Amino acid sequence: MTRTVVTGIGALAANGLGTQEYWAATREGRHGLGALTRFDVAKYPATLAGEIRGFEAADHLPDRLLPQTDVSTRYALVAAGWALEDAKVDPASLVDYDMGVVTANALGGFEFTHREFHKLWTEGPQTVSVYESFAWFYAVNAGQISIRHGMRGPSSALVTEQAGGLDALGHARRTVRRGTPLVVAGGVDSALDPWGWASQIAGGRLCTGTDPDRAYLPFDRDADGYVPGEGGALLVLEDAEAALRRGAPDILGEIAGYASGFDPAPGSGRPPALRRTIEAALADAGVTAGQVDVVFADAVGVPELDRAEAAALGEVFGPGAVPVTAPKAASGRTYAGGGSLDVATALLSIRDGVIPPTAGTREVPAEYGIDLVRDRAREANVRTALVVARGLWGFNSAVVVRAWAPDATNDLS
Amino acid sequence: MNITVDEIRRIIIASAGAPESASAEADFADTSFDELGYESLALMETASAIEREFGVSVPDELLFEARTPRDLAELVRSAKEAAAA
Repeated sequence: MTRTVVTGIGALAANGLGTQEYWAATREGRHGLGALTRFDVAKYPATLAGEIRGFEAADHLPDRLLPQTDVSTRYALVAAGWALEDAKVDPASLVDYDMGVVTANALGGFEFTHREFHKLWTEGPQTVSVYESFAWFYAVNAGQISIRHGMRGPSSALVTEQAGGLDALGHARRTVRRGTPLVVAGGVDSALDPWGWASQIAGGRLCTGTDPDRAYLPFDRDADGYVPGEGGALLVLEDAEAALRRGAPDILGEIAGYASGFDPAPGSGRPPALRRTIEAALADAGVTAGQVDVVFADAVGVPELDRAEAAALGEVFGPGAVPVTAPKAASGRTYAGGGSLDVATALLSIRDGVIPPTAGTREVPAEYGIDLVRDRAREANVRTALVVARGLWGFNSAVVVRAWAPDATNDLS
Repeated sequence: MNITVDEIRRIIIASAGAPESASAEADFADTSFDELGYESLALMETASAIEREFGVSVPDELLFEARTPRDLAELVRSAKEAAAA
């Protein structure tokens, strides 16, 4: 079967604008969390966020795109551009219908819409931007990337809350297998305006602490919610043969396995879908649990959810049998951006032979039975990594990424 | 007060951003909206700003007949005269 590889990464998060900055901070466990500065957050129950600093949209994007884009779409456009650059792809030199775009988005264009709603209520309907018609919309990132780079192949938008980044990569792999040689894919999110912030608080899982060093502590005894971030990652996925044919400068790894599952109805008494989702992704990749070198956990930082994830990992891998890490503790949770950012991070772990730490977390309850990488990065020969993500209301997804080995035959069945 | 082509240019750029091609901008007034890179939404956003600033409403079906900024200025002038008559 067609093998799908990653040839380019465009990443941005609170602890790094661009892949290099992000990876340098992530390796060191340097976080980008702090009191939200975009509006006066003092009266809100949650005040900490992972904000991207120093991003000037006009430095990265043509003026024409500014009046029509939410901040999340600007991030997506910039990440896509960086990923293509990283992969040394010049879309103008390829066939437009041979390139697709698959993006995930959990929040939509909150900030843009908040501004237009404000105009609607204070100045009247005539003042609302005509661009509101699509700037809010979940599919807008795929659309804008497609238009900007002339990519007219099969394109999609997925909305599966915080599992979306992985689902986008899974669907992009499907798109490649159906015959589209190149797909830009991943997730990006942002909602740090007052309305977006209120909505995130309503989700009920935000950390209400005020010390950024002790706020988002996945799997910690003191875990008490997560700190939301913004950003994510877009990747260039290619049919391996097509990538080799065009002389792609670097094959960062292979999207070897993918699965998604949905939790049973609350009160049904049946177990959550996470374990079988992980097992299905491993089976899809043709790897055993023993072959996995590291797990990038969903790591919500809510004790009940951390315990459930640790239990699923224990059932699949055995207690403490595989290193587990959650670099998103340093970037904040970036919603649909989280899964694809973790896959990008896993690929960099493979490249550099290092597992980044879970910043902040100090003490993991013994009953979790997980070997969480804490304090500092751990050197390791990483060949196969599992990335896990869950979304509110029951979404579970898992992706297996593997070091590129041109002669691997275990998935050619 | 009649709207000038320069005012049209200012409002388009404020509404929909500056054109991507510098060569197109050199002869802004007589370059087609297509070439300048403005699609129908850019024209609607511009028309709405014109209405707020000049109190002249240009119906959509006429708006999309304007090919260039000069056409649009002319359209606004005639819409204003029609309203006054």
